[in-house]
Amino acid sequence: MNKTLLIIKREYISRVLKKSFLLVTLLTPLGIGLIIFLAGLFAAKGSQSSKKIVVKDESGILTPQSLEGKEIVYEFSSDKLDSLKKNYVKQGYDIMVHVPPYVDDTLATHQIAYYSKEKLSLLQIEQIEEKMEQAFKDYKLEHSTLDKIALKKLDIKIKLENAMLNEKDKDAVGDKSSKFSSAIASGLSYGMGFLMYIVIFVFGGMVMRSVMEEKINRIVEVMISSVKPFQLMLGKIVGVGLVGLTQLAIWMIIIPVIITITTMALGAPPSAGPEMNQTAETIQKLQQENPDVMQIFLKELAAINWALILPVFVVFFLGGYFIYSSLFAAVGSAVGDDIGDSQQLMMPLTIPVILAMVMIPSVFTNPNGPLAVFGSLFPLFSPIIMPARLPFEPPGWQIALSIVFLIAGVLFFTWLAGRIYRVGILMYGKKVTLKELGKWMFYKD
Amino acid sequence: MNILSIKNVLKVYQHYTALDHANFEVRKGSIFGLLGPNGAGKTTLIRIITGITRADEGEILLDGTPLNNHHPNEIGYMPEERGLYKKMKVADQLMYLAQLKGMSNEDAKKSIRFWFERLGMEEWWNKKIEELSKGMQQKVQFVATVAHNPKLLILDEPFTGLDPLNADLLKEEIYKLNQQGVSILFSTHRMEQVEEICDDIVLINKGRILINDSVASVRNQFKQNQFVLHTDKAASVWSLPAGFEEVEIEGNSRTFRVSPGHHSNELLSHLIQQGIGIQSFHEILPGLNEIFIKLVTQENHPTHNQNTNNHE
Repeated sequence: MNKTLLIIKREYISRVLKKSFLLVTLLTPLGIGLIIFLAGLFAAKGSQSSKKIVVKDESGILTPQSLEGKEIVYEFSSDKLDSLKKNYVKQGYDIMVHVPPYVDDTLATHQIAYYSKEKLSLLQIEQIEEKMEQAFKDYKLEHSTLDKIALKKLDIKIKLENAMLNEKDKDAVGDKSSKFSSAIASGLSYGMGFLMYIVIFVFGGMVMRSVMEEKINRIVEVMISSVKPFQLMLGKIVGVGLVGLTQLAIWMIIIPVIITITTMALGAPPSAGPEMNQTAETIQKLQQENPDVMQIFLKELAAINWALILPVFVVFFLGGYFIYSSLFAAVGSAVGDDIGDSQQLMMPLTIPVILAMVMIPSVFTNPNGPLAVFGSLFPLFSPIIMPARLPFEPPGWQIALSIVFLIAGVLFFTWLAGRIYRVGILMYGKKVTLKELGKWMFYKD
Repeated sequence: MNILSIKNVLKVYQHYTALDHANFEVRKGSIFGLLGPNGAGKTTLIRIITGITRADEGEILLDGTPLNNHHPNEIGYMPEERGLYKKMKVADQLMYLAQLKGMSNEDAKKSIRFWFERLGMEEWWNKKIEELSKGMQQKVQFVATVAHNPKLLILDEPFTGLDPLNADLLKEEIYKLNQQGVSILFSTHRMEQVEEICDDIVLINKGRILINDSVASVRNQFKQNQFVLHTDKAASVWSLPAGFEEVEIEGNSRTFRVSPGHHSNELLSHLIQQGIGIQSFHEILPGLNEIFIKLVTQENHPTHNQNTNNHE
């Protein structure tokens, strides 16, 4: 059998058969399920624990009807202001609102005061303000000379929809996504970028530790008297990569199952991780405006060009993994017995990954802007940025060029890492600096 | 026929020359000693032979052909710093290493079984390396070195860290393999081992070869014509004739040096004439250790003495 294949086989089997692999592979989905379950539980609880507000109304404008609402319970009190200030907590209220008399109805602002047991969030303050504002507006309208019907006629809401969504317009030219799809695209691109980030650090780190282990064990000299250092490095990277793919494949099956089960247990629609919150909010907003939103959601999901996104994502997934794990292997070879030494050498690897993560939001706001284009072409960024851009349908030539650069990047960085690796694995007892790593590249065999 | 020919090998690192045009041959079927102090270039040379690094200049022939990609399979190499995958089972590990040396699955299994029986390791088959004692691990390491039936065995300081029992066992196995025709190159800075085991040696210092010869002939070359004589009378009763130089007297024994142009027989007949009984008479041959120290200190401080042989 080919020697590299033998190495791949050992690296793969020795990891997959480990107890820790089994545990992580099974516990992670369970953990995700648990987090979703708890989040759902808390969310449900959070909406139940509404605040009770007592209102001291001296304006005579507010009525129980005008303050009726789901989340906050308003009650009126006829107690004296001074005693209410002292006793509202004892009486079982969370907040007391004092509305002073509204004398001059030409005033554009009216100052009201609150006293609260606990610090109020900005959202809560805004909620109360909005409620009061609406009540005051209604009151003023009621007492104005304006014709209410005429006023209603002035009210209008504009809805901007993409014409390309309409069947009749199939001959027209343009983008076919609805405003809704932008939200889905953002969620998708963040998800893919984040996945790359995790893969780079988890599996890149695994490759690094494995290289260090061989060096510290001193088995490496026996190994490279049988195989070339590059074969050893490559076998390790591919072997660990296959472990990662195996794990992802298992997760892809288990996680949806667990999410479905948890969701069913909660009896509520699934809410994904925090990075999806924005999307979830947008969806909720849309849901209020449009009752059959679920249908649109599914339609939009189906409308995403999966045939392009998935294969391209896999290409960038593999490319990114190869580039970074080979660089991690180089770092591992240079580090001696002390994992602390690796920190300094890992810096040049963590910086581009984190930079790329930081760039993702600007990719959302301007998917075809100069930063997004640069990020998706430069091979140290592109494994994260290009997948993040994919849901926004970047021009085909950019995808092609990015893949060309990615392949060139893979070849260059594995070559570079191999140069460092072959020197590093035989170097003992010396603390290595970045400058020295640079020199190793030019060592003769 | 030579199993290994080192021809004019040069290896230069950033700041020093590790091997300075080294030349020597290792006869097929011999046990060859590569001697030198730490940092002499032994490990560099071994790494070049095993294909771990490449020479800058020169050529290395293994069994008559220049080193190629297939040659690592014919060499068994035990580095000075030994190591195994600690979490791997003994058999898996040995199978893996043997297959990396180009053996088929079945051949590897057969060979490992054979060695397990020979060294009494059968029960370790399914144990993890980390569960074994140091001495046991050394045995596993040895099997890893020989399981693929190499033509040439390269052992770098094989006896360091071994207890006397295991060291003897290893020595025995080395002899056995040698009798089966395996050539053995072994590198050390400890002379007594070489004297005992090796047929030929190379003494290397600072990347240069100082001596390249058989053990017997090296000792002959460096003999100083010194003899020890035991007589039945105290040594002080008789005196040395002309041409013999006193070195040391102690009780009934006398150490002396024979000057050039004279022969030890002259002294013997002289004593017989005087009626002094001779109990023993033998030549003092210098140990390799002395030669080694002498040559290396000379090489490192060349101003001290320039007149000794400098074999290149």
